[in-house]
Amino acid sequence: MREVAVIGIGITKFGELWDKSFRQLIAEAGSKAIFDAGIEGKDIDALYIGSMSSGRFIGQEHVGALVADAAGFSHLHIPATRIEGACASGGLAVRQGYLSIASGVNDIVVVGGIEKMNDVAGASATETLATAADQEWEAFFGATFPGLYAMIATRHMHDYGTTKEQLAQVAVKNHANGAKNPYAQYKFEVTVEQVMAAVPVAHPLGLLDCSPVSDGAAAIVLCAMDKAKEFTDKPVKIIASGQASDTLPLHGRRDITTLDATVHAAKMAYKQANVTPKDIDVAEVHDCFTIAEICAIEDLGFVEKGKGGKAVEENITTLDGEIPVNTSGGLKAKGHPVGATGVAQIIEIVEQLRGEADKRQVEDARIGLAHNVGGSGATCVIHILEAI
Amino acid sequence: MEDIGIVSYGGYIPRLRITAKEIASIWGKDGERMSSGLGVYEKSVPSIDQDTATISVEAARAALRRTNINPLDIEAIFIGSESHPYAVKPTGTIVGEAIGATPDLMIADYEFACKAGTAAIQNCVALVKAGYIRYGLAIGADTAQAAPGDALEYTAAAGGAAFIIGKEDVIASINYTYSYATDTPDFWRRAERKYPSHGGRFTGTPAYFKHITSCAKGLLEKAGTKPEDYDYAIFHQPNGKFPKKVAKILGFTSEQIKQGLLVPFIGNTYSGSSLVGLASVLDVAKPGDRIFLVSYGSGAGSDGFDITVTDNIMKLNRENAPSMKEMIDDKEYISYGIYAKYTDLLYWE
Repeated sequence: MREVAVIGIGITKFGELWDKSFRQLIAEAGSKAIFDAGIEGKDIDALYIGSMSSGRFIGQEHVGALVADAAGFSHLHIPATRIEGACASGGLAVRQGYLSIASGVNDIVVVGGIEKMNDVAGASATETLATAADQEWEAFFGATFPGLYAMIATRHMHDYGTTKEQLAQVAVKNHANGAKNPYAQYKFEVTVEQVMAAVPVAHPLGLLDCSPVSDGAAAIVLCAMDKAKEFTDKPVKIIASGQASDTLPLHGRRDITTLDATVHAAKMAYKQANVTPKDIDVAEVHDCFTIAEICAIEDLGFVEKGKGGKAVEENITTLDGEIPVNTSGGLKAKGHPVGATGVAQIIEIVEQLRGEADKRQVEDARIGLAHNVGGSGATCVIHILEAI
Repeated sequence: MEDIGIVSYGGYIPRLRITAKEIASIWGKDGERMSSGLGVYEKSVPSIDQDTATISVEAARAALRRTNINPLDIEAIFIGSESHPYAVKPTGTIVGEAIGATPDLMIADYEFACKAGTAAIQNCVALVKAGYIRYGLAIGADTAQAAPGDALEYTAAAGGAAFIIGKEDVIASINYTYSYATDTPDFWRRAERKYPSHGGRFTGTPAYFKHITSCAKGLLEKAGTKPEDYDYAIFHQPNGKFPKKVAKILGFTSEQIKQGLLVPFIGNTYSGSSLVGLASVLDVAKPGDRIFLVSYGSGAGSDGFDITVTDNIMKLNRENAPSMKEMIDDKEYISYGIYAKYTDLLYWE
């Protein structure tokens, strides 16, 4: 397998972007990434686009070709493919791009991720997100994502004594990081008291335990490692790509507080990269809800199972902690345009490994991990990156 | 410059109230949280025999009672509302007959969501300025509709205000007016639909805030003034939060908006919303006071007014009609059941 590097990154601001269309957003992120990499349209062998539900959010499917067209590449007839795996769509698109270069088929690919979620009303967005759950066994009975993650949280509290304060501390930390991120949807800090007192969504999760509905796009340029130096002095190498699946509904799981898809994807990735969780200097994990970050740091092996809440309480995952998690603000504060999230996570890790993360910079970050989850854990994709 | 402006004014708020807490209890919501979230504690409710026509008549009569103007000298009546009792057949003619202003006058009903009343004022000012009419009567009034269970139900209220516009004995000169409008579908009610629809959070930043701030900035530029030049400021008040936030964005103080901010106690009276605020300011205004008003109508647009209170306000018999505060304080609470009956939620075919 050939080695693969990230040579360009581009992201839009995340948020309620009423005055920007799907086309404008992906064109903005894509052109920034292409400019950053210093490549031209004719250099691109393929496009991969992660988007969870453009059909329900903006009434537009067939967005692979649309993105190539929006980027101004229609005359180049570049192969363009849309990838879907719920909220993991972006991470899966990265993996497809990676595999296509690693296999020797392509040399340079652009991977984009996008979601434009605010063109529908809130209830409709919730319903669309619920299509990532099991329609027959979960959604038809009224389960929404906050409801499913609330069940995970309740069980985690029961089994391990995790507290609502510890959940709140995840939001506090991620908002503190988001406040330092110019592209974040929420650039303000919150207190534990505010999180605890927020409007209840699904007990024990309140409004500030939940990631928002967001518009946004992100794009990266991947290149075969042996050619990367032609374009950049600071290529960031993808040293592992892992993916795993699990039961679609929550009730089919061995243990609902453990996302086995994360455990297996992580195992695959650590093996490929030949690293252990202790080697990870910085991580972006899928904190669609505060409990999800606690489960993630356990399932990724950063802390022992059941100790996630305690670890957050002990500030192990803060910017200056032992293993800084979600330095971008995470899904919680940076925003969660679902299809864009997996790509945006890679961008944060690349910025950290390039030493360009400004006020969010983790000192001496050499190895970073991005963890992207679809649904309540039926899909997980993990990438490990290394500064060269 | 010829002094054209408000010659008299009157407001009307129905005396029935329902609390946000009572509404919340029906829908399984936390009343206190709803109240503090929206900045609205209770709202006015029209009684079973009250509608935009009766509210307009009450407000117009209050305006007339404060002056000696002969109703026959009112040569135009424009009524802005989104709850005209008839889809076809004017409210204005009912009001014209009731106050004895007919038949030698022009009448038209206006609709531009919550800013139709301020559009009526602008048109009266223009007709007076052109010399077509001696006095014009501009009214903004509504019995606002909200679907049961919708967020709007906590705020959609009833009330209105009437302004006689002319150039004799002007109590408040309208120095400048400026409008800002775009096609922005944040809130609407299709023909033959009973309740309005809205775009949720889209009604905020790209709608209310964009139009009010743009209109306000345009007006300040036109008038060559700054926020601190004004004694009072009034912004459309769909809830208690938006007007406070927009005032802050523009650099107005909470002290400047306090007198005109009635929404916490009566809810959003739609076409009457910014105008009942203006009536409340005129209830206490002194000669020389300067007033800044910007309305907002969904769809969307804003009308801005730079107003200076004149010495004539001391000659106006303000005490001949109840002040807005008196009407706000004169209230009777009703249950959700009575509310449902009076606002036609319990209908069958």
